[in-house]
Amino acid sequence: MTKEQILSVTGLIKDFGEGETQTHVLKDINLAMAAGEMAALLGPSGSGKSTLLTILGTLMRATGGTHEMLGVDLMHASEAQRTEFRSKNLGFVFQFHHLLPDLSALENVMMPAACAAGRETATMRARASELLDAVGLSDRRDFRPAAMSGGQRQRVAVARALINNPVLVLADEPTGNLDRESADHVMDLIHKINQTMGSSFLISTHDEHIAGRCQRRIELLDGRIVRS
Amino acid sequence: MNPYAVKLAMRHLLSHPGQTALLMAGVALGVSVFIFMSALIGGLATLLTLRTVGSIPHVVLEMPDRDPATLYMGPGAQVVLQKDLSRRGQITIWQPMIPIIEQSSGVIAVSPQIRGSAFVQRGQAVSPVGVIGTMPGKLSVIAEIDGAIVDGSSNLPADGILIGSVLARDLGLRVGQVVQLTSDRGRSRSFRIGGIFTLGIASADRQSIYMNFATARALFDLPTGISRIEIKVQPATDAAGIAERLRLSTGLKATAWTEDNQQLFEGLDAQARTGTIIKAFSLVTIIVGIASAMLLSIVRRQSEIGIMRAMGASRGLVISIYVLEGTLIGVVGAITGALAAWLALLPLPPVSAVTRGDLPIDRQQGDFLLAIALTTLAATLASILPARRAARIDPVEAIGA
Ligand SMILES: Nc1ncnc2c1ncn2[C@@H]1O[C@H](COP(=O)(O)OP(=O)(O)O)[C@@H](O)[C@H]1O
Ligand SMILES: [Mg+2]
Repeated sequence: MTKEQILSVTGLIKDFGEGETQTHVLKDINLAMAAGEMAALLGPSGSGKSTLLTILGTLMRATGGTHEMLGVDLMHASEAQRTEFRSKNLGFVFQFHHLLPDLSALENVMMPAACAAGRETATMRARASELLDAVGLSDRRDFRPAAMSGGQRQRVAVARALINNPVLVLADEPTGNLDRESADHVMDLIHKINQTMGSSFLISTHDEHIAGRCQRRIELLDGRIVRS
Repeated sequence: MNPYAVKLAMRHLLSHPGQTALLMAGVALGVSVFIFMSALIGGLATLLTLRTVGSIPHVVLEMPDRDPATLYMGPGAQVVLQKDLSRRGQITIWQPMIPIIEQSSGVIAVSPQIRGSAFVQRGQAVSPVGVIGTMPGKLSVIAEIDGAIVDGSSNLPADGILIGSVLARDLGLRVGQVVQLTSDRGRSRSFRIGGIFTLGIASADRQSIYMNFATARALFDLPTGISRIEIKVQPATDAAGIAERLRLSTGLKATAWTEDNQQLFEGLDAQARTGTIIKAFSLVTIIVGIASAMLLSIVRRQSEIGIMRAMGASRGLVISIYVLEGTLIGVVGAITGALAAWLALLPLPPVSAVTRGDLPIDRQQGDFLLAIALTTLAATLASILPARRAARIDPVEAIGA
């Protein structure tokens, strides 16, 4: 049974700088992902993992190649179209939680939805509440990030990534700042969400233990995919 | 207005209450400077006007200077009547005019006067003076002579005169002494000094002499006519309009005090401009203060803004948040400052009651609403640039992924 394809990238390259200082960070990346897939993106530091995730997340444009998702040509879409696409279909978890310090856990989870709608609604509140339940933080709903532990913050960040029911969640070393126990907890959660909600995950890591918990491993070395 | 932008702006302000309060206090200070300056400049203008118009006539009615009459005008020749320089301008038929003038709207006091030039002589000392003959009971309707008497009394018997304190000092005169007055009509007579006044107007205190109406008639050879009619009006600022109406109804030449006091108006104008500059500076200070505080706050929130942009916040939303933030600081600061200024100015006496040494601050001229409106506008303008900068933050750089 082959699942529906959501993402397709071919011949993707990314260069930084110009002239003598130009660096070719991504060289001929070819990658496809299917709905509901949970993949680990492995590679040593500096291999280009973050750069690839940033491009896939429409936060940065590739220098060349094709980039399509859900039938949309993101390579040639306008900035506004990419912003809207990002808000509807993509979720992000970063190594650092990047929660807004002035908002409670619940408000942080609602933030991407509220930004798109221009207001916080009761529906969002209910959905955010559910997600906080799912990440085991219903009792931290009204806490500010400063009053939570590192692991708890990262779980709020995971819940936030899911508020708009994204097709694909891009997680850049989501457990990189966490101790083993908290990291396991976050991975359990991602696993559960992947199972119950059907969102695809692409998780960059250089931790074999984390990679071992994903169905698929994509290995990046010096800007090229050496195994996928 | 995007409700989410309002919520985030409020949240930002409330989560750093100390910093927010400090900023608002800065704005409040600027606003109170603005209001204080308006009230002071306005009060000064009122005071100077009050002081100026207090002792002078607001409208003076005199005989018009008649243009020489043309007797014949034909090809190559024109015959005109030569102006009679020996004839003084006198209002001959004046009695019927007085009730008409008194009943004109805005007129509060009318004083028919005999005026003329004379010399005071005491021993070897001679000094030119201007003599004013007023009707009984009208001594103080133009300048408050009664209240300005520093020695003697204001009674004016037929042989009595009142003289200014500067003249008294210059000639070494005292109440009760007798002096010789010689009018420009060549008539001479002795008078007893009944009182000495200080009006605080240099020219009056040095040169004016008041006397009985009938005595002045004799001294200046004016058996029936009078020299001029002096009038007080209310409000004094309407003098020009009232003068024009009186000119039409009496046919006399009418001069409003505003014509003779251009210097005062120039002075008031310069003063108002100084006030405007200070007020402009206080607005600029508010703009600079808010703009720099907003820039700092945006630099500090760089990664927050980046993450919001990454998660779908539009540039417009980011701009709204920060413009709102600046505007809120402006509105709250402005209202607080205006309120504080209002309370601070509340116990001050009205300008008409200020005593020497007090600042004549007129709360009524404080421009409270204008100050609030301009400050709010300034705050909004001040936050636009920082807000646009916030909207341009690159999520990737800000997140540092
Ligand atoms: N904005 C940039 N400008 C120049 N070089 C960059 C930039 N971002 C990343 N790089 C370079 O690209 C390479 C890959 O970086 P990155 O994608 O962060 O790797 P990883 O996440 O796998 O550690 C590194 O050599 C890094 O120095
Ligand atoms: Mg990285």
